[in-house]
Amino acid sequence: MAIEAGGRRSEADVWKHNSRTREVRERVIKLLLTACAYLSIFTTVGIVVVLFEETARFFLEVSPVEFLTSTRWSPQQGSFGILPLVYGTLMATFIAIAVALPIGLLTAIYLSEYAPQQLRRWLKPVLEILAGVPTVVYGYFALTFITPLFRGSVLPGIGSFNALAAGLIMGVMIIPTVASVSEDAIYAVPRSLREGAYALGATKRETATKVVVPAALSGIVAAVILGVSRAIGETMIVTIAMGSQPNFGGSPLESMQAMTAYIVQVVGGETPRESVTYKSIFAVGSALFLMTLTLNLASYWFVRRYRETY
Amino acid sequence: MTQGGTKVERQKGGGGPDFKASTSTRYRLDKAFTVLVTVAALVGIVVLALLLVDVVRDGSGMLSLQFLTSFPSQIFPENGGIYPALIGSLWLLGLTGLISVPLGLGAAVYLEEYAEDTRINRLIEINISNLAGVPSVIYGLLGLGIFVQLLAPVTGGGSVLTGALTLSLLILPVIIVATREALRAIPGSIREGGYALGATQWEVIWSHLLPMALPGALTGIILALSRAIGEAAPILVVGVSLYQTYATTGPFDGYMALPTQIYDWISRPQQIFQDSAAAGIVVAMVVLLLANSFAIWLRNRYQQRS
Repeated sequence: MAIEAGGRRSEADVWKHNSRTREVRERVIKLLLTACAYLSIFTTVGIVVVLFEETARFFLEVSPVEFLTSTRWSPQQGSFGILPLVYGTLMATFIAIAVALPIGLLTAIYLSEYAPQQLRRWLKPVLEILAGVPTVVYGYFALTFITPLFRGSVLPGIGSFNALAAGLIMGVMIIPTVASVSEDAIYAVPRSLREGAYALGATKRETATKVVVPAALSGIVAAVILGVSRAIGETMIVTIAMGSQPNFGGSPLESMQAMTAYIVQVVGGETPRESVTYKSIFAVGSALFLMTLTLNLASYWFVRRYRETY
Repeated sequence: MTQGGTKVERQKGGGGPDFKASTSTRYRLDKAFTVLVTVAALVGIVVLALLLVDVVRDGSGMLSLQFLTSFPSQIFPENGGIYPALIGSLWLLGLTGLISVPLGLGAAVYLEEYAEDTRINRLIEINISNLAGVPSVIYGLLGLGIFVQLLAPVTGGGSVLTGALTLSLLILPVIIVATREALRAIPGSIREGGYALGATQWEVIWSHLLPMALPGALTGIILALSRAIGEAAPILVVGVSLYQTYATTGPFDGYMALPTQIYDWISRPQQIFQDSAAAGIVVAMVVLLLANSFAIWLRNRYQQRS
């Protein structure tokens, strides 16, 4: 009897001990996992602190008004007006969206409404591969294939570096982004809406363009905003194929410098850390960060909107 | 008359089927539209094919086994190769994987399994989706400020470790999103079964949830890592070498990388360097296509099973 009781007691101790170590282990693990998740907050804080600290030091030497309004960007002569760089970025982005919006949207309509199941399973991975091609490769293609192609045919006056080829290829790069986000939105449109349209005698095209696309509009807008944000932040294509000549008001056939390309140009040279030029890349980075942040938040808001509707 | 006018306008404005047009016209338009969307869907494939043909044609002259095993050369560029860049990219791949995979899995498990719907957790979620959209060159500036300058005693400044840390932060959001999706797809009954047998939350996660989520997460991880080694902009900012006379042998060494080697060759005017760039691109594309195909195969297999 005593033995039994003793046995029971020790058995209970084993459990108690066990549960205590388990409890401690659970807590430690939860703490570690929480730390992993909070790392993302630190990343954002880190980006903001690093960018804005150097930018603040930049603004001690260059007035913010000059930075935001001057149309001359010439670091060697101490002229820091960001507008030429913004112009270069927006020119390439505009051309890219002019390619990616129609093709991406039509691709999404094809994938969701027209493609046979077998082909769909084949086509989506190809689009993913297109999205995974390193951007230096696209840059090479724009510089050594697209530009000579234009020069040899329709645009003999095009420069070796130009916004047109860079923008077109950047458009190809963001087709997958626009297509896959719009396709998610189009796919989410309830079947009943399509059936309603067919019941009223609409053809497949009429259903797709006049019922399904308008119903998915906020998702499509989100896709386009995301595409614009990708294009603005893209670096290597514009660095390689668009050149490094700040050019405010130039034509798409001329060389111009994008904001991202300027950053790469400066870090490629030997620039002393205390110089204004070095600090200027953080100021340009801040502008870039704020532009893409605004666009990303807008896109997030639009995506949530269509998710809530259905 | 004005009434009739607005009626026609409304129909053209996209209110519904255009019954004014004859049925045959509508059917013809439908056929044209089918052709249009099919052609649009093929544009991507056509460009990808053109690109591959172009780089293979340009690079075939330089491609050889020697190209893979030689150092780049300024004096005899025709004998140059990508050996140090290849080794550097492998180091980047390995270190980035070691750093980003545990952190990404950890964050995803926390958000999916532990986090309650509090304001801070919602903030983390919005923050992660926003970080996914931050341009890669900005991560380079972050790495420059933190890893190259602030933590120089730990990372050794412009070392391959610094490059890997920077790339890890860049791809963490992608890994987290992919792993969360895989975890979410596991039915709640698996968790309840584990708890019913007396397992703790972590025991259920370790023995059941993580193994079940792995194929889905792995697809995201491979795609993210292949994106990481294709990136040139962030490592250019944190100090990748464009030329060095030794191959990387440790995490604190300097390093070269495939995309930046390609970029360096592209920016030289001589034809021989352009051809070297094309050959380098062929090597990079083969690696990436293999990695991507494996990831996609893995996902298809996984989707068929579940």
